[in-house]
Amino acid sequence: MSSQAWMIWPDNAAVSVLVLAVIAMAFMYAARAPMHALIRSLGHALGGPLRMGSRWLAAAAAEIHQRNKAVLLAQGRQEVGHRIEREFERLGALVTRDLQGYPALQRKLLDEITRIEEDYKKCGEVPPTPPDWTEAVTAVAKIKSTGSEVVLRVLEEINRSVNAIHDKAIGEYRKAYEARHKILEGFMPFWRSVDKNLAEVEKTVAELKNSVKGVDAHMAKYEQINAGTDKAQHALTVSAFTQFAISLLVMLVAAGGAFINFKLIALPMSEMVGAGDYITSSLRTSEVAALVIIFVEASMGLFLLEAMRITHLFPRIANLADRVRRRMMWIALTLLVTLAGVEAALALMRDILIADKQALLQSLATVQAHTATDGWVGAIPTAGQMLLGFILPFALAFIAIPLESLIHSARTVGGVLLMAVVRVLAFVMRLSANVARNLCRLFVRLYDVAIVVPLLVERLVQDRLGERHGRRSTRMTDMDVDIERTHA
Amino acid sequence: MNKRQFLATLPALVLAGAGCGDARDHAHAVYMLVDTSGTYAQEAGKAQLIINYLLGTLQPGDSLAVARVKSRSFSEKDIIAKATFDTRPSQANSQKRAFREQVETAFRRVPGSGYTDITGGLLQGAEYLNEMGAGTKTIIVFSDMQEELDKVTQRDFPISLKHIRVVAVNVVKLNTDNVDPRRYLGRLEAWEKRVVAAGASEWRVINDLQRLDRILAKG
Repeated sequence: MSSQAWMIWPDNAAVSVLVLAVIAMAFMYAARAPMHALIRSLGHALGGPLRMGSRWLAAAAAEIHQRNKAVLLAQGRQEVGHRIEREFERLGALVTRDLQGYPALQRKLLDEITRIEEDYKKCGEVPPTPPDWTEAVTAVAKIKSTGSEVVLRVLEEINRSVNAIHDKAIGEYRKAYEARHKILEGFMPFWRSVDKNLAEVEKTVAELKNSVKGVDAHMAKYEQINAGTDKAQHALTVSAFTQFAISLLVMLVAAGGAFINFKLIALPMSEMVGAGDYITSSLRTSEVAALVIIFVEASMGLFLLEAMRITHLFPRIANLADRVRRRMMWIALTLLVTLAGVEAALALMRDILIADKQALLQSLATVQAHTATDGWVGAIPTAGQMLLGFILPFALAFIAIPLESLIHSARTVGGVLLMAVVRVLAFVMRLSANVARNLCRLFVRLYDVAIVVPLLVERLVQDRLGERHGRRSTRMTDMDVDIERTHA
Repeated sequence: MNKRQFLATLPALVLAGAGCGDARDHAHAVYMLVDTSGTYAQEAGKAQLIINYLLGTLQPGDSLAVARVKSRSFSEKDIIAKATFDTRPSQANSQKRAFREQVETAFRRVPGSGYTDITGGLLQGAEYLNEMGAGTKTIIVFSDMQEELDKVTQRDFPISLKHIRVVAVNVVKLNTDNVDPRRYLGRLEAWEKRVVAAGASEWRVINDLQRLDRILAKG
C-alpha cells in the first residue's frame, strides 16, 4: 500500500490533512455525546471497582487491626498474668521464709527490751547519801583558830574523822558507779542484738515493699491491658517487635551452630548411608541424613524443655501428669545424650576419613608432601571436633526458647506488617481510582478541545436562536455543562 | 555445601519427604584409553599422572576403567584395571589404592603394539560406559590421535558415542606435524568431526597437563 493512500488531495499533504481533520471533526462532533458517555463509563468502570476495593481493604485493615489488638492484648494479659502469679509466688515465699519467724523475733525483742529496762532501773539506784554531818563540819570549819592546843586537837581529830568518812563515802560512790558501768556495759550486746534484729526486720520489710511495688507495677499494666488502652497496646507491640528481633538474632546464631554441626557430621554420614545417592541434583542422601539428625536433636531439645515446662509450645505436654512428664523428660534427655555421643563419634570418624583421604592423595601425588608430625598437638583438632560434636546438640536444644519467643512475637509482627501492606494497597487503589476519574475528565475536555470549531459554531447558532427564543436555550446549555461537570 | 546451599536444603527436604526426589544417576564413569603403540609408549608416565589425578578426584560411587590402545582394541582384554568405587568413602579409598597398584604393575610390563586402533578403543569404551549407566560418561584418549590400522581391521563405519564426552589428552605433535602443522590440525579436526557425528556430547583437547581439572569439568 502506498504511503500516500490516505491523501485525499494527492501530492498535497497539508490540504489532505486539513480535509481529513475537518471530516474527523465533523464525525467527532456528531459522536460527542456518546463519546463523553463512553469516556465517563470507562472512568466509572475503572474507578468504581478500585474505590470499592480500596474501601474493602480499608475495612479489612481495620478488622485486622482489631484482631491484632485483641490477640495482642490477650497475649499481654496472659503474660502479665503469669508474671503477677510468679511475683505473688515469690512474695509468698518471701513472707514464708522471712516473716514466719516474726513472732519469735518479736518475743526475743520484747525480752531484750524488758531486760534493758530492768538494767536501766538498776542504773538509776544511787548509793545512800552521806549523813547530815556536813552542816556540823561547816560549823566546825567556821570556828576560828585561837591557837589553843585543845581546840587544835579537837579540830585535828574532827579532820581525821571527816577525812576517813569522806574516803569511805568516795569509795562507796566509786563502787556504786563501777557497778552501774558494769550494768551499762552489759547493755551493749543487747543493744547490738536489738539493732541487728531491727535491721533484719527493716531489710525484710524493704524487700517486701519492693516486691509489692513490682506487683503494683504489673497490676497497673494488667489493668491497662484489661482496659485495652492504646498505651498498653503500643507497649506490647514494641515489646513484640523487640522480642522478634532478639529471637531472630538468636535463631540466626543457632543456625550458624547447626551449620557447623552439619559440617561435622555430613561427611561421616556418607560412610553410613553411602555417598553416591542423591535426592535432588545437588543434595546427597548423606547430607539429608545429617540434617535429619540435627533436626531430631533440636526436636529432642524442644521436648526436653517442654517437659521441663520452660517452654509452652505444646500445651498437651504441659498438661501431662507430673510422673508422665518427668518420664518424658528423662527419655528426651537420654535420646539427646545418645545423639550427642553419636555426633562425637561421627566427628571422630570425619577426622579419620579426612586423614585417610589426605594419605591417599599424598600417595597419588608425584611429589610426596612432608607429613606433619603427629603428637598431642595433632590430636587437638580431633578432640576439639569430638567436643564440639558432643556439645552442639545440647546448645541446639536451647533453640526451643528463642523459637517459642519468635513464634509468639511473629503473630504480632506479622499482623502489623499485614495491616501495613493492606493499608498501603488500599491507599494505592484509592489513588488509582482518583487518577482514573481525573484522567477521564481530562479526556472529556481534550475531546472538546479537538472539536472546538464545531462547538464554537454551535454556540454561535445557539446564541442566535437564544436571541430569538429568549433565554430558555441558554439556560439549557448552562445546565448541560453543569450536568457534564457533575457527571465527570 | 556452603551456607546458602545449606539453607536452600531445608525446602528440598520437604520436597524429598513428599517423594519428589531426583532419580537421575549422579555417578561419573570414566574410561581412559592409553596409547601404547610406537614411540608414544614412552608417555606412559604421564598417563599414570592422569590416572592418579582421576583417582584423587572421582567420588565414591563413580567408575573408572583404564584400557590400552593396541593393534585391535575392541576387546575387554585390553582393560588393564576397572573399578566402581564403593559409596562408603573409606572403602572407596582402599579401592583407589588397589587400583593404583594394579595400574602401576600393568604399566611396568606393558608391551608396545605395531598399530593404533583408537576407534576400537572408543567402541569398547562406549560399551563399557553404557553398561555402567552413569549420569556422566567420559572417555579420555591419551594418544597422539594418529590411528594406524592393519589391512584386515575394519573401522571405517559410523560409531555411536551418544551422551559421552570425549577428551583427548596429551596429543603430542609428530615429526611430520612439525614439518607441516596442518597435518596435526587436520587430524584433530577430523577426530572432532567423527566424534561429534557419533553423537558425543562434548569434544575437548587438553595438552597442558597442569590443567587436568578440565578433564572432568563439563561444558
